[in-house]
Amino acid sequence: MTRLIDKRINGKNKSAVNRRRFLDRYKKQIKQAVTDAISNRSITDIETGESVSIPAKDISEPIIHHGQGGKRDVVHPGNKEFVPGDKIPRPKGGQGKGKGNKASNEGEGEDDFVFEISKEEFMDFFFEDMELPNLIKTKLATIYENKKVRAGFKSDGIPANINVVRSLKNAYARRIALASPYKKELRQLEAKLDELRRTKNSPKDEISELEEQIAFLKKKIKNVPYIDEFDLRYNNHIDLPKPTTQAVMFCIMDVSGSMDQNKKDMAKRFFILLYLFLTRNYEKIELVFISHHTIAKEVSEQDFFYSRETGGTVVSSALKLTNEIINERYPSDDWNIYVAQASDGDNWYDDSPLCRKIINEDIMPLVQYFAYVEITPDNHQSLWFEYEKIVKENAHFAMQKLESSADIYPVLRELFSKKDKIKVAS
Amino acid sequence: MKKKAPLSTGSEWTFELIDLYDSEISRIAKNFQLETYPNQIEVISAEQMMDAYASSGMPIGYHHWSYGKQFMETEKNYKRGRMGLAYEIVINSNPCISYLMEENTMLMQALVIAHAAYGHNSFFKNNYLFQQWTSADSIIDYLLFSKNYIRDCEKRYGVEAVENIIDSCHALMNFGVDRYKRPQQISMKKEQIRQKEREEYLQSQVNELWRTIPNYGENTNTPQEFRFPKDPQENILYFIEKNAPLLEPWQREVVRIVRKISQYFYPQKQTKTMNEGWATFWHYTILNQMYDEGLMPDGYMIEFLQSHTNVVKQPEFDSPYYNGLNPYALGFAMMSDIRRISENPTDEDREWFPEIAGKDWLENLDFAMRNFKDESYISQYLSPKVIRDFKLFAITDDDKENHIEIDSIHNTTGYSRVREILADQNNLGSIEPNLQIYNVDVRGDRSLTLRHYQYNRKPLAKTLDEVLKHLTRLWGFDVKLETVDEKGKVSQTAICKVDSNKD
Repeated sequence: MTRLIDKRINGKNKSAVNRRRFLDRYKKQIKQAVTDAISNRSITDIETGESVSIPAKDISEPIIHHGQGGKRDVVHPGNKEFVPGDKIPRPKGGQGKGKGNKASNEGEGEDDFVFEISKEEFMDFFFEDMELPNLIKTKLATIYENKKVRAGFKSDGIPANINVVRSLKNAYARRIALASPYKKELRQLEAKLDELRRTKNSPKDEISELEEQIAFLKKKIKNVPYIDEFDLRYNNHIDLPKPTTQAVMFCIMDVSGSMDQNKKDMAKRFFILLYLFLTRNYEKIELVFISHHTIAKEVSEQDFFYSRETGGTVVSSALKLTNEIINERYPSDDWNIYVAQASDGDNWYDDSPLCRKIINEDIMPLVQYFAYVEITPDNHQSLWFEYEKIVKENAHFAMQKLESSADIYPVLRELFSKKDKIKVAS
Repeated sequence: MKKKAPLSTGSEWTFELIDLYDSEISRIAKNFQLETYPNQIEVISAEQMMDAYASSGMPIGYHHWSYGKQFMETEKNYKRGRMGLAYEIVINSNPCISYLMEENTMLMQALVIAHAAYGHNSFFKNNYLFQQWTSADSIIDYLLFSKNYIRDCEKRYGVEAVENIIDSCHALMNFGVDRYKRPQQISMKKEQIRQKEREEYLQSQVNELWRTIPNYGENTNTPQEFRFPKDPQENILYFIEKNAPLLEPWQREVVRIVRKISQYFYPQKQTKTMNEGWATFWHYTILNQMYDEGLMPDGYMIEFLQSHTNVVKQPEFDSPYYNGLNPYALGFAMMSDIRRISENPTDEDREWFPEIAGKDWLENLDFAMRNFKDESYISQYLSPKVIRDFKLFAITDDDKENHIEIDSIHNTTGYSRVREILADQNNLGSIEPNLQIYNVDVRGDRSLTLRHYQYNRKPLAKTLDEVLKHLTRLWGFDVKLETVDEKGKVSQTAICKVDSNKD
């Protein structure tokens, strides 16, 4: 009558579709949580997923049920001292005791609904609908770097590449091959010798002749070399072309007196986002931090975001330094170079045209993408107008204005939004 | 009795052992005259158990985000060790499907088999509510049909459109049951054919009702001379399915699917205490019988008693663990009490239960199991002894008073009153608000009027507004709610305009 079935082999992810549905439905809230999470993380600390919390009221499934109030009679277990007619104070909160068997209704609880998403899901949510501009893709396809890969064995090479196992195997085979005719003969002679010794009156000289032959053969066998030069085998490596997947990201920030901590925080978040985004596309990313006021210098991440400086602003100093570092350390043949610049737009008046010149002539030919964000609630400054001219001449130069930290994410999306032509080309 | 050798002694289970235990349990169950559907026992992993949880135990379910939410919550709590998984899930189907978790010990598997595959199973098969309201033969077919149907709808009309309808239906699921009429039982193939016919028929009916062109402005001053529906309707989803003017045929079918599934679970909601009490009573009785016959070693018995004691634990009202009456505890105590009254009645029992005291206990239990639901079961069988054992007391919590008053306790004058209140507390009719479709302004703005008949001045919770939005989405026109207090006074308490619903 009973059928016993082992269901364990069946798939266990029956709820995967429903989970996906849930994530899709609450995309907006999850994205918000993801965005919040980013601002609390260090720029390179992205190795984890995130626990996402959504207010319970947003995901409740309302049903009609009785609310508090009215008159209710309820039975409870465990009476100790009560007798009928006793009046006892109502427990605080008005419920708890009063609603013993009332099924708790979803949605009234104030606790947030918390769940985990994986790192991949985290990134997916974050960079949904974004991709690297077309230009970079084509560059990726054409620039190659060679990578050594194993490709069997060869019979010559340098001692460091000797493959011991292969070589000894060959030596063993050769030894067997060379020695076996002698060994065969040896066995025959030895058998003959035995026979002669056992029979009486066998001629002495015949025996000694045999013994001589045997000794000769043994010497022959012994002379087969244990290992010979042509036994040796070397690991073979060949060059395989491999698309470059390394990138360097230059973070340029104005740290002059007019950039207050708030603006720096916004800049930091912008840089973090850009960094995260690049990690989706490149295996290896290096970061270069350049801060500047009237002079520029390369600094550590900590100094970059938190050191306080004062003074005027000469943007071109940072651009010159960037150019120098690129030429020195990051040949554009091997590196995908991204430059992200954040500033409040202030600049020494005469300096802005110079900036345009440096970017146009020196930097743009070397880099994949140059992104400029102006962090200011006020009107555009001189730098902005000069940069606008660059946009017209370079497709891989982008600029946006940030007014509050809420703009950061949309601005980044704007900078890297998927464009139709990209689809066609890729 | 001659002692047999134990079936096993270790804690590991094997398929052979499960088979062996099942045949012994089956034999004992038959001796106790338990009538069951054939069993289908499925061994599953913990993850699969969580999947089953998420879909309220349905082996096949349509896709919906809310199940995903539930799954994630279960998974989180389980992984953090905040909750253990239930030992078993059993499905009211023919054959009756029960799940065994692979992590369980051999003894636990035996317990679950006795509890689910013979206890719950026989309850499903014989209780009158289940016989009337559910059709174990066709439920799996129907679930499959509904899953496929909804998947097809999603392909044709988009996931979001389908999800919206399901959301709205879920909000009204508790008002999607017929309390008195009996639904028909048909199989999936028939269901598919019927569904086609229904689509055409339903649409024509709806068109009939709405044939008159609405006449804005003119008729609003004259009182409407007739009401539609003629009598108030309690099954809101049914009313929507048949009469909502703007729904597409497929949307009506989705409403119907949610309504049908709600109806399927309706008996389970009304028999929680009985059903668990029955199953617990039988696992207790069957396993004890096995032990008496020597089929189980002492070690098993200790493990069993420990687990059983946990299941029937009833924290007292002032304990931090108190979460209402435990249906396992109360149900088990009452079932055992019926046996006690039958076998060893006291004078008190003879006075309270003359019809069962001293009679055959198997027959008495069988009768109780077949013919009651929680409410009537408690009002029929809750004995003074159980009331005393649980030290039950009733309180009156009236928001007009500053204090809670003790109404009655476990003494001679209080037994009947405690029993009456506890029975009412298990009456779905008083747990759930009494909401009826009262009228449709057929000649006017097509607005739908619901009436809430108040009981003990209990108000509706704040979630009402959200639910009315869902109802408005289904109905397509304004929805009004009128509250009728106990003196019969009618007042309009809520209105949901159709325009405010668009987002």
